[in-house]
Amino acid sequence: MTRYLVHRVAGMLVVLFLVCLFTYVVFFVLSPDPAVQICGKNCTPDRIDQIRANLGLDDPFWTQFWQFLHGLVAGRVYGSGASVVNCPAPCLGYSFQTSQIVTDMIVQRLPVTAVVAVGAAVLWLFAGVIGGLVSAVREGRFADRFIAGLTLGGMSVPNYVLALALQYVFVVQLQWLPFPQAVPFADDPVQWFLNFVLPWTVLAIGYASAYTRLTRANVIDTLGENFVRTAKAKGLRPDLVWRRHALRPALTPVVTIAGMDFAGLLGGALITETVFGINGVGKLAADSITKNDQPVIMAVTLLAAFFVVVGNMVVDLLYSAIDPRVRVGAA
Amino acid sequence: MTISSTPLEAAAADPVVATTDPRRSVVRVLLRDRAAVACLAYIGLVVAMAVFAPLIVRISGWDPYEFDQSSIDPNLGSIPIGSWGGISAEHWLGVEPGSGRDVFARIVYGARSSMLIALSATLLTTVLGVVFGLLAGYFGGRADTLISRVMEFLMAFPALIFMIAMLSALPADDRQFLLVAVISVFGWPYLARIVRAQTLSLKQREFVEAARASGASRGQVVFREVLPNLRSTILVMVTMAVPGYIGTEAGLSFLGVGLVPPTPSWGQMIASSVSWYSVVPTYFLVPGVFLALLVLSFMVLGDHVRAAVDPGGRS
Repeated sequence: MTRYLVHRVAGMLVVLFLVCLFTYVVFFVLSPDPAVQICGKNCTPDRIDQIRANLGLDDPFWTQFWQFLHGLVAGRVYGSGASVVNCPAPCLGYSFQTSQIVTDMIVQRLPVTAVVAVGAAVLWLFAGVIGGLVSAVREGRFADRFIAGLTLGGMSVPNYVLALALQYVFVVQLQWLPFPQAVPFADDPVQWFLNFVLPWTVLAIGYASAYTRLTRANVIDTLGENFVRTAKAKGLRPDLVWRRHALRPALTPVVTIAGMDFAGLLGGALITETVFGINGVGKLAADSITKNDQPVIMAVTLLAAFFVVVGNMVVDLLYSAIDPRVRVGAA
Repeated sequence: MTISSTPLEAAAADPVVATTDPRRSVVRVLLRDRAAVACLAYIGLVVAMAVFAPLIVRISGWDPYEFDQSSIDPNLGSIPIGSWGGISAEHWLGVEPGSGRDVFARIVYGARSSMLIALSATLLTTVLGVVFGLLAGYFGGRADTLISRVMEFLMAFPALIFMIAMLSALPADDRQFLLVAVISVFGWPYLARIVRAQTLSLKQREFVEAARASGASRGQVVFREVLPNLRSTILVMVTMAVPGYIGTEAGLSFLGVGLVPPTPSWGQMIASSVSWYSVVPTYFLVPGVFLALLVLSFMVLGDHVRAAVDPGGRS
């Protein structure tokens, strides 16, 4: 087990390093000179040189990349003399446009994204599992077909279309929900909650549809297995057959996929947050893209990769804990 | 080389490997299916719109870049004159608020970019996915290790965020090619993974062994024994991939890193409707419905193709 863990963590670090390198290369090669951008309108060649020197932009690629990695692990200091910016580890860089340390910008907004992600995940897990169970039990009947229709719809409407449509119906026309305004939770919990209802729904619907299909297929498969037939044959009560024998193997894959999807939510949250104007990490990324604030874009990319890689590992470990058949070292 | 289609062999085969000529039977099954026919009809309509865009626009009378100042009301913030976003005999699907451009013409030309990008991306991912999947699965060893690592790496990548970041950093001309390239780079591993797994199991089967024993070269085995048996898998994956890419293109254009104005695109139309949707809902509704229906059609078609190819499998 320990060996496996060490192996996995090492593999994870390699992938993360490669993601760092790849992203860094792409931005290094593609992006316009950041020094010119920071300098702004009243710029002199001297000033540009000074900025370049402060940010270490004159150094060769590998030196810059090494400094970036060093900052990530041990922090780094930007500039010299009077205009020193101290960026403690994990230092993701310094935003040229807002004059802020990128790590701070992300940490500020991470809770908002967490609220969006967790709420949506809870919603889609409930809806997906219940929908899937209902359609599996009523296989081929009306309820099954009705749910199948809903899931197809849910998977094919792009989430920004859905977001605008729902906002038009529920906010503009019916006025069941207030116009979204940024309100801290402590000031007005009701308004705060109502603000998130639509984002949660929009983000959850696509996933809920996929989970419904997955749960349905898994449950139907499991009910056809020999051990379920044996349990039924020995006269076990139907509800116990379900609870003890059918549900656990049927839902294990759902749990693992949920873990991975949750880890990958940063990408999905980007569109939802942009449409609803929620100030999370996704919106930060979208805004930085319009402003071409590269350090921030890069940091968010890395953060998203980090979540995906860590999520995959956690899921693999969880999977072996839940499902004895794939336990590491057991085979 | 017809060993694979003897009845005995086919009976022992995976359910995915169809018995008779798979193409003909799949088409026949699909044509008997009303939902599939409806989807095919809508897809056909959009393809026709894309292909004949210039002709259609000549009939409807407005080209997608033409401003019609007489159809918008400058006193009301340039919203279209008339109800339903200015839908009239003159402008069949209304006009764009603010500029007065014809929505119908922009939808027709938008279909062009959507289809072109989605289909080329699908073609490219399919070629890449099949080639690398076959290489990894059939030759194994170092090739397999390398390809599998690259696939894992690409799949661990936050593709959407990275696509956005990359497209925003790249110059804005020739966006179509960039979009196709970026979508394909992150798309092929999903097909290659499945092709690889299937190749691994096909490689062990008797007909491959028989071909090898009878002196077939590696190339012959791969292209004449293994590849034909992957046909139905590839067909299913392709129909499932197209709606994804249509959505991705529209999403990227929606976020402003896809096709650049004035080139029309459905995603971009939806994006520009954001500031108008409470006043002129039709402007948002028209591209939204066209897009959602197209994705839906491909998804339903994909489901039905899978059912036709794999009659034994559930859902």
